[in-house]
Parts: sequence; C-alpha cells; structure tokens
Amino acid sequence: MPGNGKFNLRRSASRRGVEESPFVKWTLIAIGLAFALVFLLLPLVSVFTEAFAKGFGYFFSALTTPDSLSAIRLTLLIAAISVPLNVVFGLAASWAIAKFEFRGKSVLITLIDLPFAVSPVVAGLVFVLLFGLQGYFGAWLDEHDIRIIFAVPGMVLATTFVTFPFVARELIPVMQATGSEQEQAALTLGASGWQTFWYVTLPSVKWGLLYGVILCNARAMGEFGAVYVVSAHIMGQTETMSLRVQSLYENPRGETAAFAVASLLAFLALLTLALKTFVEWQTQRNYDLAQQPVPELKSDTHA
Amino acid sequence: MSIELKNVSKQFGEVAAVNKVNFSVKEGELMALLGPSGGGKTTVLRMIAGLELPTDGDIFIRGERVNDIPVQKRNIGFVFQNYALFKNMTIFKNIAFGLKIKKWKRPAIEERVTELLKLLGLAGMEKRYPHQLSGGQRQRVAIARALAPKPSVLLLDEPFGAVDAKIRQELREWLVHLHHDLNVTTLFVTHDQEEAMEVSDRIVIFSKGNLEQIGSPRDVYEQPVNEFVARFIGVMNVLELEVRDGFGRLNELKFPVPENFAGEGLRIGFRPYAVQVSSDLARFEYRAKLSRTYFLGIMLRLELELASGLTVRSRMTKEEYAQLDLWDGREVSFQIRQYRILSRENAALTPELQTPYELPPSIAENI
Amino acid sequence: MANKKYNPLPGFGLTMGYTILYLSVLVLIPIAGLFLKTFQLTWSEFWHLITNARALAAYKLTFGASLIAAFINAVFGTLLAWILVRYQFFGKRFIDALVDFPFALPTAVAGLTLSSLFAANGWLGRYLVPLGFIGTNTPLAVVIALTFVGLPFVVRTLQPVLQNLEQEIEEAAATLGASRLRTFVQILAPTLFPTVLTGFALAFARAVGEYGSITFVSGNLPFKTEIVPSLIVYQLEEHNYAGATAIAAVLLVISCGILAFINWLEVWTSRFNN
Repeated sequence: MPGNGKFNLRRSASRRGVEESPFVKWTLIAIGLAFALVFLLLPLVSVFTEAFAKGFGYFFSALTTPDSLSAIRLTLLIAAISVPLNVVFGLAASWAIAKFEFRGKSVLITLIDLPFAVSPVVAGLVFVLLFGLQGYFGAWLDEHDIRIIFAVPGMVLATTFVTFPFVARELIPVMQATGSEQEQAALTLGASGWQTFWYVTLPSVKWGLLYGVILCNARAMGEFGAVYVVSAHIMGQTETMSLRVQSLYENPRGETAAFAVASLLAFLALLTLALKTFVEWQTQRNYDLAQQPVPELKSDTHA
Repeated sequence: MSIELKNVSKQFGEVAAVNKVNFSVKEGELMALLGPSGGGKTTVLRMIAGLELPTDGDIFIRGERVNDIPVQKRNIGFVFQNYALFKNMTIFKNIAFGLKIKKWKRPAIEERVTELLKLLGLAGMEKRYPHQLSGGQRQRVAIARALAPKPSVLLLDEPFGAVDAKIRQELREWLVHLHHDLNVTTLFVTHDQEEAMEVSDRIVIFSKGNLEQIGSPRDVYEQPVNEFVARFIGVMNVLELEVRDGFGRLNELKFPVPENFAGEGLRIGFRPYAVQVSSDLARFEYRAKLSRTYFLGIMLRLELELASGLTVRSRMTKEEYAQLDLWDGREVSFQIRQYRILSRENAALTPELQTPYELPPSIAENI
Repeated sequence: MANKKYNPLPGFGLTMGYTILYLSVLVLIPIAGLFLKTFQLTWSEFWHLITNARALAAYKLTFGASLIAAFINAVFGTLLAWILVRYQFFGKRFIDALVDFPFALPTAVAGLTLSSLFAANGWLGRYLVPLGFIGTNTPLAVVIALTFVGLPFVVRTLQPVLQNLEQEIEEAAATLGASRLRTFVQILAPTLFPTVLTGFALAFARAVGEYGSITFVSGNLPFKTEIVPSLIVYQLEEHNYAGATAIAAVLLVISCGILAFINWLEVWTSRFNN
C-alpha cells in the first residue's frame, strides 16, 4: 500500500505532479531503445545472420572440421579445469571474508578484484615471464621437458587467473547478507565444521554460487587476450574457440566459417543470459514468498 | 471550512481503498485520521495533498475545488513518516527549498529559516546534514521544511512512527504546543489511538475504506456509534451471550435484554471501568479469583477469573487496590454496572444499558 | 592479541590459508615477477621503452578512446537505467536481460560482429560510411568497440540504486512546489552522481584493458589505431620481452590506480548515503 518508500510501478498511473509528462517519458524511451538497438540488438542478430549466410550445410560443416572440433574440445577442457578450481577458491575466500573479522580484509578484497582491472594481455604476459623459455622457471622447466607456456597448462593458468574473481565476488555479498547466525545455530546443535558448511552454508548461497559459476564459465570459454599471449596458436592443438574465430577471420575466405564458430559462442552467451535471468527470477520468487504473511489462526473471542 | 471532502472514493484496481468519505476540517483545527493499517487514512491524506487522485468525489481547500490542481500548486505542507529530507543538502537548504521555488529574496529566506529553526529547537544546526542528526531532530527539520512556505494546511503521515517511544511522547506534546502557537489547520494520520486521543481536537476513524465516526476524543470513547469503534478505542470486554427467559447468559453471568428483543444470541461489551470489584465476597453478585494484576502506572488492570474459566477485565487506581487489600489469587466479588449491545457490526449502537443494581460510589468512574 | 574477538566458527585457518596460497601462486608471484623483470632494466632503458613515439601514440589512443567510451556509457547508461527502472514499455524485460550481453559475449565475437556491422557493406556501415563515419580501422572503431564492452557497467551499477530511491523524497519536493525538472537536477542528480561516477570508472577500467575486440575492428595500425595491449602483443611477437614488460608494467600500475580509486569511491558513496 502507499508510502512504503520503495519505488512502486503499479501506483504510477494515478500520480500526477510527481511524474514526467508523457512526451518526456516517451522521448527518453525512444532514445534509450535506439541506443540499445545499435549496440545490443544489431550485433546479436548479425552474428547469427552472417553465420547462416551460406546456408545451414556450410554452417554445420564449418563447425565440424577437425580443427574446429579440437578448438571446441580445448575450450571445454580449459573451462572444466578452471571453473571448479575457482569455485573452490571462491568458497574458501568468501567463507574467510564473510564470517570472520581480521585486519587487511579490504586489501584481500582488492586483490581479489585485481583481474577485473588488469588487461588480459598483461595477465598472459606475467605467466610468459614466469614460465616461458626466458622466464624465471623457464630453464628448469625446459630441463624437465615440461611445457607450460605455448601449451595447454599455460592456457589453463591464464584463464584461471582472469576468471577467479567471478565466483568469489558473487559469494561474498551473499554470505555477508545471510550472516553467521545459522552456522552458529548449527554448531550449538553439535555439527562439525564440514557438516555446517555442507548442510547450512552451501544451501543458503546456492543461487549466488550458481550465478557465479555461470559467469565464470562464460568468461572462461570466451577469453581471448590472455590465452592469445600464452598459446602458440597452433591450429588443431593450442586453439580455443575464440582463437579459432580469429584465425578463420584472417583467412581471406574464412569469414563465414569464423561467424559459424562465433555464433556458437554467441549462443553460449545467450544461454548464459537466460540462465542468469532464471536464477534472478528464482531468488526474487523465494524472497517474495518469504514476505507473504502467514494466515492467522482464528482466536476465540474472549472477555 | 479549511478542508472539505465530498463523497470521495479511491479505487486501486479492484480494491476500494476509500469509500464515499465525507467530512470537513475547521480552520485552525488539529485533527487525527485514525484507524488500523489499510483502513484508507493515508490514502485520504495523500488525496488532500494531491499525491493521489480520487476516483470519485470532490476535495476543497479553503473553498476552492482542488481536484485538478497539481500537488505543486496546492500550497500544502506535507511531512512524511520517514522524513524524506534531501540528503545532499544542509538543513538550511532543506528548509529553504520551498521558499526558493516561490522566489523569495535572500534576506527574507534567511529570516524565515532562522525563525523556524528557533521555533523548532534546531538553532545552530543550519550547516549540518541530515545524516548528522538524530531521528527526532530530523523529524523537526521535516516539519520546519513543510511550514516554511506558510502553507494553508499542514499534513503529517504517521509523523512519529519511526521514532523511539520516549521521544514520541515528547514530540506529541511539542506538536500540540506548536499547533497552538501557529494555529495552522493540521491533519495527521496515526494508527495509535492513544496518540489520537491525546493530541487532537477531533478524530476521524477509518476502517476498510469507510469513515466510521468523527468526533472529539471524548465522544468517540463514550459514545461509539458502532461495534468497530467501540472495540477499537480503549479496551473492551466482549461476550457472546445465549438468550434464555429474557436474559442473556454466558456461564455464570446474566444480563437483562431489552423488551422486544427477538433472537437467540447477543453480543455485548463493557468497559473495564464498569466492572466493580470488592474484597467482601457477599457484596456483589459474581465471584471470581483475581488471577493477575497488570501495573500500568497510576491505573491497574485486573484479570478476574470465574469458576468456569471465563476472564473479565477490570480497572482501578492504586489507592483503591490498596484499600480493598487485594492480591493475586484472592477471591473477590464483582458486578458489571453498564454494558452495551454490540449485536451487529457497523450498525448504530443502542445506548449503554444500566444493569438494575445498586450503584455504590466508585472512585474510578469514567476512566 | 588480547582483545581479539572470539569466533566460534571453525575453518578460518584452512580457508584463509588456501586463499592466500591460491592468490600468491596465481596473482602475487606472477605480478611480482613482472615488476622484478622491469627492475632489471636501467632507468633510462625503461624510460625510453615506455616513452617512445609509438608507445605515446598508443597511450593517447587507449586512454582517449576509453574516456570517450566511458563517458558515452555514463550518459546513455544512466538513460537506460532510468527507463528500465521507472517506465513500462514493450520489450522492457528483453532489453533488461540483453544489457548483460556485452558482459557475457566473448570479446573476439564482439569484435567480429562490430567490424562486419560497420564495414562499408555492413548493415550500419552502408549508411554511415558515406556520411564520413568510418567504423573500421579507425580510432572511431576503437571507441565503438570500447563503448560496447563497457555498456553494462553503468546500467548495472545504477539500477539497484535507482530501485531503492525513496519515492517520498520526490513527493516531498513536489509538495514544496518543485517541477519535475528541478527535482531531477537539484535532488536526484546529486544523489545519483557518485554511483554514475563509479560506473564510469568501472567502464573506463574495462576499456583500458580491452584487447580481443579491438584486434578485429582497428586493424592495429601503429601510430594510428594501435592500443597499448596490441603494442604489448607486438613486442612479444618480436621477442622484445623488455619492451613488452615495461609497457605492461605501466598499464598495470594505472589499472591498479583506477581500481584503488573505484574502491575508495564505493566506500565514500556508502558513507555519504548513510
């Protein structure tokens, strides 16, 4: 009902003097939509249109060349390694940060945010400096015939670096918001640390966790700059899907094929958005359900 | 007449939040809009302000029909429950806001703001920001801001809802003094009936969008027009009686019914002050055990438990309690001096019926 | 410490230890390695590597284009956030979900599709190129791509704040006689400014580091459309590790500076709003 502070769209129809005139409103909507059209809708549509420009058959065959297939496989492999690693990290870091007080917490949080500010090229570079032939460990690795840079391990490292904040950043606010009381209650009932974590904490952050995993995965599969620097760009061996798009594009007649692979990635992006919307809808639904008043029990009339 | 509402209604979709409300407010009056949540009182206030538009009916301020006048032009002052101060402005700028819009000159603004700061006990705080003030101070700034442009009407929406209980008491008294000094027509919304009784000249009681009663605090307490008002204002003992042989009965209690009463059931109510208690077991008709005593300051509320388990609430002063030498668990006798028939909700009530018993003088009369 | 607050929850040692270990291996040591490498250079070597003409041109383009792109996103992002929070219109839910598209889309794909849209025969290029807006292999192309990747930041940072604005503040202004425009300019805008600034800084930081999409749209022409990350990649491919490291160090320091600024801004905003 009126006056509860938060903006309530349902009531706007009956309010005057507190709202813009319809002219202003629709002009703003028109400009906003035009902007969204150019920068969001058109790129989205054009990826798919260009991908199918030479027909469905060409599209399919472009995706199933041995090089393309190995690119898809490599992308999936890298994601399958970095995402779980980052989930474990995210859970550990958010537990330490959200449930405990210690000095230097803000420094830690800033460090976790670091990959967001660092250019992916720099991210790749730092690993080349460490593990490349000229790098600090280069000589040692060469002796033992271990290749990190210009091979898959390096690409995994670089991808993990770039994507590790995602899960942690989603979990920290969620864990902070739920507080420690539920865990403390579990302890009073005799639960061990692991039991508390597994049965109490994890379920309470499940949507935030899912959301973080979705974003982490999308970024891991789509990463370009960092893996570009650490890979040898050998087709069929050290190419992810993003790199494949580029190598196809550089080929004079490979444009449509490039779009084909790109459309697969774009589809992944749309899937990510759909999942994200679903997760948000779920969280909102749970919140709304919790707000509904419980039906009152009938009480007797008493004197 | 300062404000008049004629047949005003407000629909939100299917729900009728306000239903054909009619009343007027005299110039300089301090009036409370009282009722439970969702009763429509806030909606009525907002319609007077122009923050909502009525679906039906007319609103007049100082004789002028304001339905089509936007809120900016109605010259009303509005105070929100959560203050709604402009966080990015100093106190001075907050209060001066309405004056700047009316294009007052700088010296006049300064004079007016200083005057209000002094009047509301905020002198010296011009340069502070809202987040540096306490809740009570913020509310007074909100009032000062609303009063600055000299509105014809001052509207307050649960002004003391967001403040601590102790401060609320102080602010209530202070509002009465302020109103007395300024004499601006003031309307405020509250769900706290004690607040409404204590502060206002007249009270308008709303329930489910309907205007139940309008009258002075004494009127609504002593002469409630229907069951809702009777039960909403003050405390009431309510009993469902079975009618047999000309008497309404419930367990040990017996009440005479009016002559032409047809029906098998009867709902009655009586105020705690109408229950008279004595430690002399032979004095009055009914027996009960004093099961609990609640200490309410000067008054005490007593819970009398009859043999059948039925509970009746009574009230008396500390002196009377001591005089009668009462304690929890003691057996007492009591009688019920007045009661009211509440049979149908929202129907006009019959005047209180006196029971045909001896009426010894009571110290706790009319409380 | 004598007055250390007791916390009954277990696992601090384990989780904190793992966190520090992970961060060290993945972040601290590699970045330290970068700086150590730069310290191997003499000061004059370092200075020359980061201030030669080609590098300077790259800085100008990167920071200039990033500022412009972040500014465009600040303006239009605010507009988008406003209409998404306050108005109802056909397709609103769809657009709202789509705002995250640049965030989810791999940068290579973004570059690919933008370059084809703005090419002379592209859907937008066919109208814009004759008008003189050449969206490929030009600084303009860089600005467009950077606007795309930074789009979600302002919108998403502003949306929750707009959502939580007390509507009573605007009503209070109206009761005091303020028009809509005045309410927006004098009351809403100052309240929203810190948040918009945060979004701007986030978009700027993102744009400065962007690489993938730019390689597609800009052609990486030295002195003309080469951004700093592209220069670093070029140095690497030429095995000029010293040059790459030096410039990367500069970029890293600036990025960290922006990050520190954003964090400070967020602390200041939350204090201001309480």
